[in-house]
Amino acid sequence: MASALINVPARAKRGEIIEVKTLISHPMETGYRRSQLGALIPRDIIRLFVCTYNGTEVFRAELHPAIAANPFIVFSTVATESGTLAFRWTGDKGFSVAESVAITVA
Amino acid sequence: MKRRTSRRRFLLTAGGAAAGFGLASVLQVTPARATPAAMQEAISKVVGPAHVNTGRVKLELPPLVENGNAVPLTVSVESPMSESDHVRAIHVFTEKNPQPDVASFHLGPRAGRASVATRIRLADTQTVLAICELSDGSFWSGSGPVVVTLAACLEEP
Repeated sequence: MASALINVPARAKRGEIIEVKTLISHPMETGYRRSQLGALIPRDIIRLFVCTYNGTEVFRAELHPAIAANPFIVFSTVATESGTLAFRWTGDKGFSVAESVAITVA
Repeated sequence: MKRRTSRRRFLLTAGGAAAGFGLASVLQVTPARATPAAMQEAISKVVGPAHVNTGRVKLELPPLVENGNAVPLTVSVESPMSESDHVRAIHVFTEKNPQPDVASFHLGPRAGRASVATRIRLADTQTVLAICELSDGSFWSGSGPVVVTLAACLEEP
């Protein structure tokens, strides 16, 4: 099963810019490779990554096969209020993983 | 000063040229390879009729990559990221991957800093291009060259 690693500071000052690092295990099969028998291996990638901060979307990424296996995405956001950062990865073959992290803003 | 061509030098040059030709002919028959034209098409799909200015976008890529399967890439844009002046999106394209699109990142004023990082696949030595869309509707681009010794997509990871 897919597992995600998320690195967000647990505490932040109000207005501080925090860096969010996410890593998820996924093969990101490009759809251009062939098996040993010569058959094309079907594409299997994560197509969309969305981060919401207390329900408001703050970051979205549309991914293509050129993203390396186990997509690693780093972005930043402003710590506005205490709450949760929710992450969702969706992709081919019904792939969907959701994770959330709590953050305390003082 | 006149330099005499030694036998060793001649053979090295001739061998290199032959290898170059061989490689070129192999590359020509490889299917599923985007061309700069395909990249232009992908860009125009995103940008539309707008003009793309050069500058403001900075790409951080290693100059020499041993393995094209995971190339660290950081794209940053000079922007105050305020409500009235921020980066709306950053799009990344490649010239020679099977598909020109790499990723599209959508940000807003809440990002605080216009900088994203990820790891990408590169099929060949090429130029990676990033285009950002600002809140005023203008587009800016930046690019970075990379030399790849082991290509992604074709070899086993």
